[in-house]
Amino acid sequence: MESKPLKVLMFGWEFPPEISGGLGTACYGLVSGLIDNGVDVTFVVPKLYGTEETDKFRLVGASDINVNFSNDHFNKNLEKVKYLQIHSHILPYVSPQEFLERSEFDVESLKIDSTFSTAKFSFGGKYGKNLLSEVSKYAVVAMQIAQDQDFDVIHAHDWLTFPAAIMAKEVSGKKLVVHIHATEFDRSGDSINQEVYEMERQGCEAADRIICVSRLTRRILINRYGIDGSKISVVHNAVVPKPAIIYPKKNLVDKKIVTFLGRITFQKGPDYFVEAAKKVLEVMPDAHFVMAGNGDMFLNCLERAAELKISKRFHFTGFLNYFETNNLFGMTDVYVMPSVSEPFGITPLEAMRTGVPVIISKQSGVSEVLNNAIKVDFWDVNALSDTIIGLLKHEEVSKQLAGDGTDEVHEMKWEYAALKVREIYNKTIDRRRSVRV
Amino acid sequence: MKKLCFYFQVHQPFRLKDYRFFDISCDDDYFDKKLNHEIMRKVADKCYLPMNQLLLEQIQAHNGNFKVSFSISGICIEQFELYAQDVLDSFKRLADTGCVEFIAETYGHSLSALKSPEEFKAQVAKQTAKVKEHFGQIPTTFRNTELIYNNQIGSLVHEMGYKTMITEGADHIMDWRSPNFIYSHCQHPDLKLLLKNYKLSDDIAFRFSERSWESWPLHAETFGQWVNSTAWNQEIINLFMDYETFGEHQWAESGIFEFMRELPNQIINHSQFDFVTPSEAAAQLNPVSEIDIHNTISWADAERDLTAWLGNPIQDDAFDSLYELEELVKNVDDKKIKDDWVKLQTSDHFYYMCTKFWSDGDVHKYFSHYDSPYAAFINYMNVLTDFEERVKKAAGYTPEEIKIDQGIIENFKKYLPYSVDLK
Repeated sequence: MESKPLKVLMFGWEFPPEISGGLGTACYGLVSGLIDNGVDVTFVVPKLYGTEETDKFRLVGASDINVNFSNDHFNKNLEKVKYLQIHSHILPYVSPQEFLERSEFDVESLKIDSTFSTAKFSFGGKYGKNLLSEVSKYAVVAMQIAQDQDFDVIHAHDWLTFPAAIMAKEVSGKKLVVHIHATEFDRSGDSINQEVYEMERQGCEAADRIICVSRLTRRILINRYGIDGSKISVVHNAVVPKPAIIYPKKNLVDKKIVTFLGRITFQKGPDYFVEAAKKVLEVMPDAHFVMAGNGDMFLNCLERAAELKISKRFHFTGFLNYFETNNLFGMTDVYVMPSVSEPFGITPLEAMRTGVPVIISKQSGVSEVLNNAIKVDFWDVNALSDTIIGLLKHEEVSKQLAGDGTDEVHEMKWEYAALKVREIYNKTIDRRRSVRV
Repeated sequence: MKKLCFYFQVHQPFRLKDYRFFDISCDDDYFDKKLNHEIMRKVADKCYLPMNQLLLEQIQAHNGNFKVSFSISGICIEQFELYAQDVLDSFKRLADTGCVEFIAETYGHSLSALKSPEEFKAQVAKQTAKVKEHFGQIPTTFRNTELIYNNQIGSLVHEMGYKTMITEGADHIMDWRSPNFIYSHCQHPDLKLLLKNYKLSDDIAFRFSERSWESWPLHAETFGQWVNSTAWNQEIINLFMDYETFGEHQWAESGIFEFMRELPNQIINHSQFDFVTPSEAAAQLNPVSEIDIHNTISWADAERDLTAWLGNPIQDDAFDSLYELEELVKNVDDKKIKDDWVKLQTSDHFYYMCTKFWSDGDVHKYFSHYDSPYAAFINYMNVLTDFEERVKKAAGYTPEEIKIDQGIIENFKKYLPYSVDLK
């Protein structure tokens, strides 16, 4: 029997409602599930926006932490951050004038100057152009947090947090679990960012245990990062229960609507969605297609749709917030995720819990766990368009698939996923044995 | 005496408001009232009111020897009615002098001539009625949107009974010919064409306030000398430009008003030129030759072609999608739908979608309230989707059923999860 709750120091990069993708959603679900399983989680993000559910979660914003540089032990560890190539913007407690004069200096110069014994770091959060610098700053703050907090294990989500997690491990000597939601190969295809790849590899090397969101991702770690498969576990994502409000359909009320929702990037296969739309419209000219999201392939898709002369049936909404997303699902007849490479893919689950039938690519991690979804190869535009037509034309099939799908995702609870994660913690820190002794 | 002919284009589009996907089927009010009102008031105060006053004074001062002509789009007159009654009144005062000719164009400042003769004629008729209503004239001269012209459009205009038409006279269109004569349509000798002298027109419209220009600052006296120094046998100089040149594109501070206040005196008293209106010019001069224009021309950008409005995939898709609705709209008896139909045809909407990035791009940006051509396109298509729904509903349209190929359904079955069965 466990005498006291397991304490986890968790590093993430975003937490709802201020999120830009599936990572924040997954972290939210997992932390909720861990809390339900009696695990005590402190979740660190670069920056808090004041809109988070702070009564339910223990959240720490790195930008709120006073980092104490007068501590010798701390400064010794600081040396180890050097490999992170710190070029940080430090926001110390000084007069505005002094701040302006000193707004850019590295950590070493700070050490020498005794007047700046404590400092706060400013974070832009999100994924701006100073991302690598923010990642480094986050690691410095993580050392302070690891020193102050009491915890049993460290858990870090994706490469942005790996330097922070590694430093926290250095400072505390506690075990590290890293969680891979996406690899650089998923994000960038074969033209990867070498720095990011290196951080991912180091994080996995430093980890005592690795959690992957799918078998697909596990294979990538083994084949492309050379990681020992025996230390990788797979825990599939889940989905939080249905949102309370289902929006009645207000737009294009009597029209069939097919939706793509996600970043409009190579990884997500938006171009296949455009081509499939053209084929569907040839036989169902009154169907409408919605591409929600933003990304570097947005203009390609827009121009392609115009070339195909389908713009009047192909709508771009830009990035949607939580309410607009649910609103869109509420009016969607078929949701399509034609991802070229998708470590998991949480959005189909969100569509399914709203009662929308889904078509997903076989190349997505989520296809490993879903039964009540249509699975096609991302490149097979004919299969994609034929199944869209089939679902739009055969309402009874659509309904059955949606109904069974809703039941299925309701069984995919974060509570269960979190239970697996808790087991992984226990094994990693060898807690059972220590309790038994 | 030789002739000098001023024609000013007066136009303001009904700009669309920010219209998102989630507005489709929920909002049939497409236009940005606040923005359109603001812009109309701004241009009225900077240009229309002071310039109309200036022209009135000059007409009175020169005892009928100073003459100008205007083409005012129907939707611009509509916006005068809505937001600038004072401007409308001042145009009426100009009309009353008898020295001002009003020219016919399409009501919506549309590109309909390129797509639908029927819609084109309907819009010209509507425009003519509007001009008659306010200014008491029935136009006898025609000018197409943005001076867009080809033989076919000329024939259409001729068919409608017009004898005088205005278009562009840039070098690459004229080749060795001079725009300073009257020409005629290649198949209809009785349709006379007045061609823009783009050099002298652009000296006023574009270069006037450009400090790097060797002739800056330009004085009316100098300009009068330029006009006067055209070759001895040439008969007419056509100065065609946007009316917003005065006080809007060329600010008051540039001296443009002083220039225009002095120019009539320089021409009337110090040159061998008389001011005429387009229909007077056509009545007094004979064509020197016919002119054959196969490829469509316009007065826009360096190319003087259609690429400001049409030609890139988004412009073409938007344009074709709009006119696909024409047949349905014709069968609908709904005033708001008919009004929106005209306003959605305005060429400016397609101008905002232009993606030409060279120097002309700057001009496009100046005239657009969108962040990018793509934003303009998405906004327009959202509006058009809603409009299509309204039109189809009003027209009682039912789509024809297309039979789905059995192969598609067989393929669909292959991909169904084992638990689902297709009967």
